[in-house]
Amino acid sequence: MPFFSKPKYSTVSPPKKKDIPKDLYVRCPKSGELVYIKEIEKNWMVIPKSGHHLAIDAPMRVKSLIDEGSWEECDANLESVDILGFKDSKQYVDRLAEYKRKTKLSDAVVSGVGAMEGIQVSLAVMDFRFGGASMGSVVGEKITRAAERALEKEIPLIVVSASGGARMQEGIFSLMQMAKTSAALARLAKKRLPFISVLTHPTTGGVTASFATLGDLILAEPEALICFAGPRVIKEGTNQELPEGFQRSEFLFDRGLIDQIVDRRELRDRIVRFLRAFSGQPLPAAANGSANAGGD
Amino acid sequence: MDRSDFNLDFEKPLRELQLRLDELRSASAEQNFDMTKEAEAIAARLEEMKKNIYNDLTSWQRVQIARHPKRPYSLDYIGRLFEGFEELHGDRSFGDDQALIGGIAWLDGRPVMIIAQQKGRDVKENLRRNFGMPHPEGYRKALRLMRMAEKFRMPVISFIDTKAAYAGIGSEERHVSEAIACNLREMAVLEVPTVGIIIGEGGSGGALGIAVVDRLLVQAFSYYSVIPPEGCAAILWRDRKFTETAANALKLGARELHEQGIADEVIPEPLGGAHRDPDAASAALGEALRRNLAELMGLSTKKLLDQRYNKYRQMGEFTESLAAGAV
Repeated sequence: MPFFSKPKYSTVSPPKKKDIPKDLYVRCPKSGELVYIKEIEKNWMVIPKSGHHLAIDAPMRVKSLIDEGSWEECDANLESVDILGFKDSKQYVDRLAEYKRKTKLSDAVVSGVGAMEGIQVSLAVMDFRFGGASMGSVVGEKITRAAERALEKEIPLIVVSASGGARMQEGIFSLMQMAKTSAALARLAKKRLPFISVLTHPTTGGVTASFATLGDLILAEPEALICFAGPRVIKEGTNQELPEGFQRSEFLFDRGLIDQIVDRRELRDRIVRFLRAFSGQPLPAAANGSANAGGD
Repeated sequence: MDRSDFNLDFEKPLRELQLRLDELRSASAEQNFDMTKEAEAIAARLEEMKKNIYNDLTSWQRVQIARHPKRPYSLDYIGRLFEGFEELHGDRSFGDDQALIGGIAWLDGRPVMIIAQQKGRDVKENLRRNFGMPHPEGYRKALRLMRMAEKFRMPVISFIDTKAAYAGIGSEERHVSEAIACNLREMAVLEVPTVGIIIGEGGSGGALGIAVVDRLLVQAFSYYSVIPPEGCAAILWRDRKFTETAANALKLGARELHEQGIADEVIPEPLGGAHRDPDAASAALGEALRRNLAELMGLSTKKLLDQRYNKYRQMGEFTESLAAGAV
């Protein structure tokens, strides 16, 4: 499977597949099976048979975690500025406009407060569709404010990460977001408020090297690419063959970075369990016995 | 100084002029001709040209000076500025990283903790020091020493000079990202004064991992960047030929960093770079370090930590409209 693979909606149209209505079916990158998209959406973008986790956008992720009707979005009016006047093959401002149009988001994080089984949480979710959810000033600011909101309201912080790394077009300001977010988390830790970090495909670069790996708990979705330097950079830089499964959730789990690999369909229940533990409450009444209940 | 000291592209006019000067001087000596006047005129032009060139470098040209093989490295400054450096080794877990060193030394009679990225001078030393690119062990050792400094009330002085944290299999297997992240969080609340000095390359998270500090000082020909210009060109322009363009676009030079509010102070360097006169470079660095440290030592711990938090808290540029839907 290629790195950074996106869900393969049948938008490329080789003649053979012309009869497949696009946007209706998704091909599973794992099994090759065609699956009706409505069925996958019901399943939080996890393909039922293969258990493959497709990308999920931030609004849907919020829906998958938060009690219905309890969500209050914050800081939705923060927008990036082209502080350096940056232009590569495109102007940064044009790229931003394109991301906004495509995602209907103001930047790569959706954040707010809501309840999970009645427990108030401060939640921030990154959306990979917005420029690879690279971290610039807005992403850093929204994560920091989410931490500060948790601190102020004395509630847990949950961050669901996915990121291509630092936003190069904002130069050194992007790098400083790593320090800013981590400093806010230091304050949260001093107040003994829980921070649960969920790593999803892909979480890389400056996000991995700051808030994403600072959770009291680090949970990861199956088969997510999680790294500091990407596999291609390492391969080209070292001329070494990369080990099987290198930098995937399971690989990092074996090497001790991750508390648990959690199927997206169970993520909400699992987080609630931990939140109850951290606040001295008993197991939820309907809880089953095993915390490691099967994924599919 | 001879012409081999001018080996960078943009130093070509200097190299040529130096060559003419050398030829004139040797001819004058051999043939017993008095050409002192001509030589003096060329020497003056050379000085003039140096000023013109070095005071008007592009970001990419500055990066080249920051990477100059003769540029003083951390230990060159440590030897000049401190007394009794006692290097301390190991992360108590896996190994001892020689790309990121640390230890206790005395500055004007006061014990301090030094954390420093160290490049090698020759191939053999570079292998040992991994060209100044630390593994996770380096960051974990640094954190151990910073906590020791906090325990025994010693200020922390970090010398930053790395292209990047090492991008390799072992580095990833042992979670270099987590090691850096922990340092960022812990340095933000370390209860002693901290000063960081970028003495060459401030390469991304690898640099930041020892650079969350009360005062960040940057030598005039150093740079600090979210990504090495080569990497930026490869990703955004899809071609390393655009490295120079990327370097200029990133605004990564000392002066820009100061204007952006990232660097607290730019430390002047000798004309053409610190390698032209390491003693003078070291003296300027020492002056700035002592002055900043003295200011910080006068602050209460609470004030120190509040100032540090606020400094990083306000970094970032964005707009916040009060449009409908604002919470």
